[in-house]
Amino acid sequence: MTATIAARMTRAGLVAAARVLLSLRAIDLPPKGSGPRVLVANHVSHADFVALWSVLPKQLRLQTRPVAGADYWERSDLRRWTANHVFRAVLIDRDPASRRSDPVEAVAEVLRSGEDVIFFPEGTRNLTDARLLPLKSGIYHLARTVPEVEIVPAWILNLDRILPKGAFLPVPLNCAVRFGTPMQVGPGESREDFLNRLSSAMLALAEAKG
Amino acid sequence: MDRFHSPSAYVFYGLFAFLILATLVAQFLIRSGRVTEPTAGNLTQRIRAWWVMIGVLALIFTLGAGAITLFFALCSMAALREFATITHTRRDDHDGLAIAFYLILPLQYLLVYFEVPVFAALLIPVYSFLLLPVVTVFKGEVQGFLTRVSETQWGLMVCVYCVSHIPAILTLDIPLYRYSAFTLVAWLILVVQASDVLQYIWGKSIGRHLLAPRVSPSKTVEGLVGGMLSATVLGMALTPITPFRWWEAGLIALTVTGFGTLGGLIMSAIKRDRGVKDWGTLVQGHGGILDRLDSLVFSAPVFLHILAWGWM
Repeated sequence: MTATIAARMTRAGLVAAARVLLSLRAIDLPPKGSGPRVLVANHVSHADFVALWSVLPKQLRLQTRPVAGADYWERSDLRRWTANHVFRAVLIDRDPASRRSDPVEAVAEVLRSGEDVIFFPEGTRNLTDARLLPLKSGIYHLARTVPEVEIVPAWILNLDRILPKGAFLPVPLNCAVRFGTPMQVGPGESREDFLNRLSSAMLALAEAKG
Repeated sequence: MDRFHSPSAYVFYGLFAFLILATLVAQFLIRSGRVTEPTAGNLTQRIRAWWVMIGVLALIFTLGAGAITLFFALCSMAALREFATITHTRRDDHDGLAIAFYLILPLQYLLVYFEVPVFAALLIPVYSFLLLPVVTVFKGEVQGFLTRVSETQWGLMVCVYCVSHIPAILTLDIPLYRYSAFTLVAWLILVVQASDVLQYIWGKSIGRHLLAPRVSPSKTVEGLVGGMLSATVLGMALTPITPFRWWEAGLIALTVTGFGTLGGLIMSAIKRDRGVKDWGTLVQGHGGILDRLDSLVFSAPVFLHILAWGWM
């Protein structure tokens, strides 16, 4: 897939803007191993994906695709173009009633082709006061389907303070993305155990200092 | 072409000459293996950052008062961002912070630039102090209220009010002084930053006794005394470009480097309390902009007042 010039420029512009406005930095990004990986982060604002994506080194960024809800991104031509050409998003249908294909399989396909994905395991933006919503089972099924995949927990710091819900003016604060130790689903590990382990790993990153 | 022959221009020529020397010496030390990693990498990074910082300062000094004021306004913005990031402020403080960033900060610099000294002196310590918590109080969240509003006020005082005193020096018109106030800004920045660098060098070479081990693990008594005294000698050597007599230059240099050092300690204590090593990552090898500005923050207001009371 060759990126058009417009898509490339939009991409560069977004990354530059995110880096300058948010003074973004990555903390403890683990080096990429041989296998595919899923970067798993908290989701509080529309800027989350761009933030997480912008802190990655360029080489890595170009082979990392966000998993996003088709219902949102297919609502207009501009959004569809942005999702397909700028972000190269893997769009999935979040509604089990209407969907015709298996979303886990669509993401697994991307991972098997050697590309990484960004995945928000809460399933939707967290607009509550809780730090993290209960994780959906999608990430567990994904880890089961592609057993060699590494799950990298990440926490996007301060975006909820930069643009809290209901506010329209972002306050400039330094934003950082802190990464944790890559993990895999254990043999015979139950869905509850794995999701608990993952959410505690993510919350531990939220509490860590430095 | 006058601006290329002013005393402040000559200060920059001297600095560039010194930077070339420092770069050559550092390269020699690294190539000959006398300095090894990780110190070598940090040294190279720090010197490169000094090239950028001195280059930018030289440029804005050439462009004039507007450029200098705008530059320090941007510094304030970056500094306040670093400060606000590590405070306890939360969602309910969002509006207060937005007002601090987008209203109070620009207003302060406009008051400085258009020379409204009375309001420039009162805006943050009085009106922001009285009115900014009102925005937060209507949010209804009382948990940590005093902490949160105090932190915002402290951020404004340190990052905006104090920093704005640097361009405010440009508005002084000192009678019987042959040069413009630009020279005094250059003198202040040079003496205070030199004190920082010299304290680091003295401390690294002969430092034994820690000054305040719980606050700063690297500041030593020897570094402090050596750095302040040698920066004072530098300030005295530059007496001909100041309106001071040589001993006055010495006393003032000692005062501003003293306040600068105390500023560094106070800002270290805040970092330590909040569990961070540096304020940010904006200046490569140096940490954040506040790590570089902290000593100027605490010395600029004092310097301005000394000038205003003693020489006007």
